[in-house]
Amino acid sequence: MKDMKFEYPLEGGDFIKAGYASSSLKKILNQLNLDPDLVRRIAVATYEAEVNVVAHAFRGIMKVLVSPERILIRVEDEGPGIPDIGKAMQEGYSTASDRVREMGFGAGMGLSNIKKNTDKLEIHSELNKGTVLEMTTLIKG
Amino acid sequence: MKIAEIVSIANGKVICGEEQLNTDLTHAFSSDLLSDVLTINRTGILLITGVANLQTIRTAEMAEVSCILLVRNKRANQEMIDLARDNSLVIIESPISMFSASGRLYQHGIQPLY
Ligand SMILES: Nc1ncnc2c1ncn2[C@@H]1O[C@H](COP(=O)(O)OP(=O)(O)OP(=O)(O)O)[C@@H](O)[C@H]1O
Ligand SMILES: [Mg+2]
Repeated sequence: MKDMKFEYPLEGGDFIKAGYASSSLKKILNQLNLDPDLVRRIAVATYEAEVNVVAHAFRGIMKVLVSPERILIRVEDEGPGIPDIGKAMQEGYSTASDRVREMGFGAGMGLSNIKKNTDKLEIHSELNKGTVLEMTTLIKG
Repeated sequence: MKIAEIVSIANGKVICGEEQLNTDLTHAFSSDLLSDVLTINRTGILLITGVANLQTIRTAEMAEVSCILLVRNKRANQEMIDLARDNSLVIIESPISMFSASGRLYQHGIQPLY
């Protein structure tokens, strides 16, 4: 299998399109004969990251690199940034708006759920600029 | 339990996925928090919820939920139905409450996740 790259744009505030990128990626991964549980974990993690951009940032992009040993996903956004990443990682911590909560989100569980569903999670954030999430999932042969 | 039986126990109406009424489900999870649904560790379950929007369907797609029971007269709109069909998801609408649906189904042997 050769390396494959995919990119999906993300739009802040758009709860109609939210999930489209993760869904498209999931469909591709399902065709690659990967372990179904691995595909599900990646789908959940990317969806959490995608919803975070929609809920908390202005716009972003999801960049995916599929190689034989690992799947690397970078979700970069332009947005307010995360002032305290340690705090944001805690389950229950959320700054989600009422609108986001009415949709069924905002429990403060997304980032820790991404961590649970990937092999490695790195978060970089700059205040008033944006946030970059890098998640790695290893493909065990 | 067959999805058809879930429909009848919940006094529900099948909105899409009629072709799957014979599918057997063993476990259910009740929540109005999609964040919570995304943390479940089992696929092919019944989701009992009062949250009816497009992201309910997206969440079910990612978490690989098989069937969504919308309680207390929450309605699925056309976008939700289209997306559910794309993902072979069953949607049931029911007039009874989440507590009541959960209680009745539990009594009939549907098991909790946790
Ligand atoms: N891309 C982002 N840009 C800015 N802030 C973010 C971003 N992602 C997360 N955060 C901040 O971190 C907090 C925790 O994020 P997390 O995903 O864990 O929970 P949530 O999005 O609030 O709720 P949930 O994911 O359970 O629906 C958010 O409330 C927000 O303050
Ligand atoms: Mg989140």
